Amino acid sequence: MRGALARFAARRLASMVLVLLAVSLLVFAIFNVLPGGDPAVRMAGKIPTETQVEAIREEWGFDEPVYVQYVTTMEKLFSGDLVSYFTQLNVTEEILKGAPRTFALAIGAAIIWMVFAIALGLYSAMRVGTLSDRLLTVLALIGISMPVFWLGILLSHYLGYEAGIFPTGEYVEFLDSPTQWFWHLVLPWFTLAVLFIGIYSRVLRSNILETMDEDYVRAARAKGLPERQVLLKHVLRNSLIPIVTLWGLDFGAVIGGAAILTELVFSLQGVGQYTAEAIEQLDVPAVMAVTMYGAFFIVIFNALVDIAYAALDPRIRLEGRRQA
Amino acid sequence: MSGAPLLEVRELAVSFNTEEGSVRAVDRLDLDVAPGEVLAVVGESGSGKSVTALTLMGLSRGPNTRISGSVRFDGIDLIAARDEELRRIRGERIAMVFQDPMTSLDPVYRVGDQIVEQIRAHRETSREEARSRAIELLDAVGIPDAASRADAYPHQFSGGMRQRVMIAMALSLDPSLLIADEPTTALDVTVQAQIVALLRELNRARGLSVVLITHDIGLVAEVADRVAVMYAGRVVEQGTLDEVFYDPQHPYTWGLLGSLTRIDRPRPERLPQIPGAPPSLLSPPQGCHFRPRCAHEFERCAQVPDLEARLAEAPGHLDRCWLDPVEKRERRPIEVDGS
Amino acid sequence: MLGGACLAAPLWASQVAHTTPEANHLSDKVEIDGEPTEVVDLLGKPIGPTWSGRFFLGADSNGRDIMVRLLYGGRNSLLVGIAGALGTIALGLLLGLLAGYHRGRVDTAISWAMDVLWAFPVILIGIALGTALALGGLELGPITIEGDSLAIPIFVIAVIYVPYMARPIRGQVLALREREFVEAARAQGMGPARIIFSEILPNVATTLVVFLPLLVANAILLEAALSFLGAGVQPPNASWGTMIAEGFDRITSAPHLSIVPGLMLVATVLSLNVFGEGVRDALDPKAKLRLEH
Repeated sequence: MRGALARFAARRLASMVLVLLAVSLLVFAIFNVLPGGDPAVRMAGKIPTETQVEAIREEWGFDEPVYVQYVTTMEKLFSGDLVSYFTQLNVTEEILKGAPRTFALAIGAAIIWMVFAIALGLYSAMRVGTLSDRLLTVLALIGISMPVFWLGILLSHYLGYEAGIFPTGEYVEFLDSPTQWFWHLVLPWFTLAVLFIGIYSRVLRSNILETMDEDYVRAARAKGLPERQVLLKHVLRNSLIPIVTLWGLDFGAVIGGAAILTELVFSLQGVGQYTAEAIEQLDVPAVMAVTMYGAFFIVIFNALVDIAYAALDPRIRLEGRRQA
Repeated sequence: MSGAPLLEVRELAVSFNTEEGSVRAVDRLDLDVAPGEVLAVVGESGSGKSVTALTLMGLSRGPNTRISGSVRFDGIDLIAARDEELRRIRGERIAMVFQDPMTSLDPVYRVGDQIVEQIRAHRETSREEARSRAIELLDAVGIPDAASRADAYPHQFSGGMRQRVMIAMALSLDPSLLIADEPTTALDVTVQAQIVALLRELNRARGLSVVLITHDIGLVAEVADRVAVMYAGRVVEQGTLDEVFYDPQHPYTWGLLGSLTRIDRPRPERLPQIPGAPPSLLSPPQGCHFRPRCAHEFERCAQVPDLEARLAEAPGHLDRCWLDPVEKRERRPIEVDGS
Repeated sequence: MLGGACLAAPLWASQVAHTTPEANHLSDKVEIDGEPTEVVDLLGKPIGPTWSGRFFLGADSNGRDIMVRLLYGGRNSLLVGIAGALGTIALGLLLGLLAGYHRGRVDTAISWAMDVLWAFPVILIGIALGTALALGGLELGPITIEGDSLAIPIFVIAVIYVPYMARPIRGQVLALREREFVEAARAQGMGPARIIFSEILPNVATTLVVFLPLLVANAILLEAALSFLGAGVQPPNASWGTMIAEGFDRITSAPHLSIVPGLMLVATVLSLNVFGEGVRDALDPKAKLRLEH
């Protein structure tokens, strides 16, 4: 088992490096080869002179061939020396500043969406076909159909600005005031969680309904187990296996910067917001850094999901093959 | 049959509401199982035998199911019993073994733990005690190296071994009745024989009553004390193994036995079969359900015959056919051994 | 029904609207309760909903009629959503068929490219492509697309969702090509093109039909998100997303500027999702299609 895990980890590591390399090349290409405007011209200010532009070009190495630029950028990125074209700030430091905020947002939201999704999915499946099941179905569909940023705007305007219950935005450091930290995050957490609650509760509901038809569930009842135990230990446990996969992938994406919209609406200044700003300014060093950061987490969580899957379902070996 | 039956089923009817209408899966069913007896319930798929098995366990209850009649088990009415009461009986006093051992064990738990789970659902025992009991049971049903196999997952067992695990689990609380729903159907032929032998041994050694649900006449001949033949939701004939096999009273039973190839007879030109197909239970025929396929049908068959004794010499041999017993013996295509 | 209205109204925008979405009415007056009222008052606060004729839903800070902009904006949202989804289907089908039918190296290359694309959160590639292309436009051989053209967000959306389409199609084709009727067609000497068109395509059609409404719903949501971030529909064009973004700047004084386009968006996407679920339940209840937002 240990050997299998080590081999699996080695193989995953190799493919992760390969994907990250491809991702970095792709992003660099989008921002350099596609027509996006010459960074030297934009950096030189409003009315640049030809000599200014030339000087910047030389200083930043824009006169080098693209592949040389790519290699230098990546070298600097990994030695932590990469600075933004426009703010001249070190991109690694900027990301490290934003990461705790993004983590706080992602972890809280992920807990909320998992708890709600399990509760609602289970409730819906238990009462399949009834009015409350239909109502929850409609609510889930509304949750899936709502733009995250719009929901954020509504919540922050009505519950924050109008009702004054919650702060409308900004992030408070946990160490400065744990209660304020929590209070400032409640709306962002729910804003981010709603969509996932909608998706997960639907998926879980149908998984549960499918699992309830399994022979081993009928057999568990025939054993005389209390209904609660049948539901939680046998039905829910087996229905959750595919959900854990989804959860890992989505959580990795949110940590990796996919929560841009929520961060923006509540001005949390996390990695997502930094990414949005970097892209808007076509700030290639910052874009490269956030991309590598984001892709790293997504790839890592992909691998973790596979490991979790093998732990949850004994039929799955880490090789990814099912035994007959 | 002596003394009070362990299980006494009277006028049991089960119908399901479906989108197309009401399906009467079991109709006015009477069965008796004496302590220590093996009763085989035989019939084609769709004859209602599996629904009967599930109903005895209270597992067919649901918002779309209507159940009436009575099932008395050791003095308790299982139809009227509350869910919690039934739960206590399930697994503890009546245990069940299912058709497909491949899918009847939860794939994510170790088999030992699944047995422990059942024991602890009914008895206040420590995990260790329950575990040693589980290993004992696995050993008793013939699983080699039981102590270490208890920690294996279901997918690490072969089909036959899984069915042994299911049987061990069913026996874990020393039930007085075992309901085995097609326990050998999903297994290889050689493995089938082993499982049958195991069931028979348990019946003899422990005095365990068994309701064996099957469509396999050969299996019935091997283990059953008594036989109930089901057709389209009804029991059409019931009696001891010898009565039903050597003096079958219902034309459907004739067909069932006729389709069995026997090594002690010359091989027929072609395998006999019952013409036609079983009726839809959404709109069953009036009267006897076998009427549309029966070569001996006459006007009385439009009324449902009761399940009753029609032979003076065999008061326990019941059937649902209007034909006169004497006439039956003349018309019956299969010959009866003198033994 | 509601969905039908939301989908249909924007299409007739030019017939029902009294003005154009760009026209300013800063100095106009409308009658409210018999009193002539400034569309935008001296402090720059626009009027709220009048619930009648002109300025049915009020005005924005430039004195533009929200209802009219809503209809025209909806037209763009729907256009981008539907065209983007169709683009995804075309591209996804092509790549899925190629990968599934030819297997081997073609499959490895396509599948790997899909994996790489899949490794990005949808919204991040969306912004990256949208921003870069909005600034520079796009040159695809002889075709040049201006940066502010609606074709840019359509292209971006079409590309982003390709893996979600190509993967299930590839899987189906891989399974189909081993089936007897395909074997039989091959034995009869049919060429690959004919087998794909007459044997395989009809069998993946269900997947496409099930996918389309859900894909359109997600594409509309993605368009809104990109437009909100300035990486989607570019001015002077409007869409529900850009309208919400414009409203967000004035949320405290005129919340209806964000709320109304958002409601239209939710109603449209919701009806597409409900319709899509219905289609899926009817055609393919076991389908496990899923899109990321």
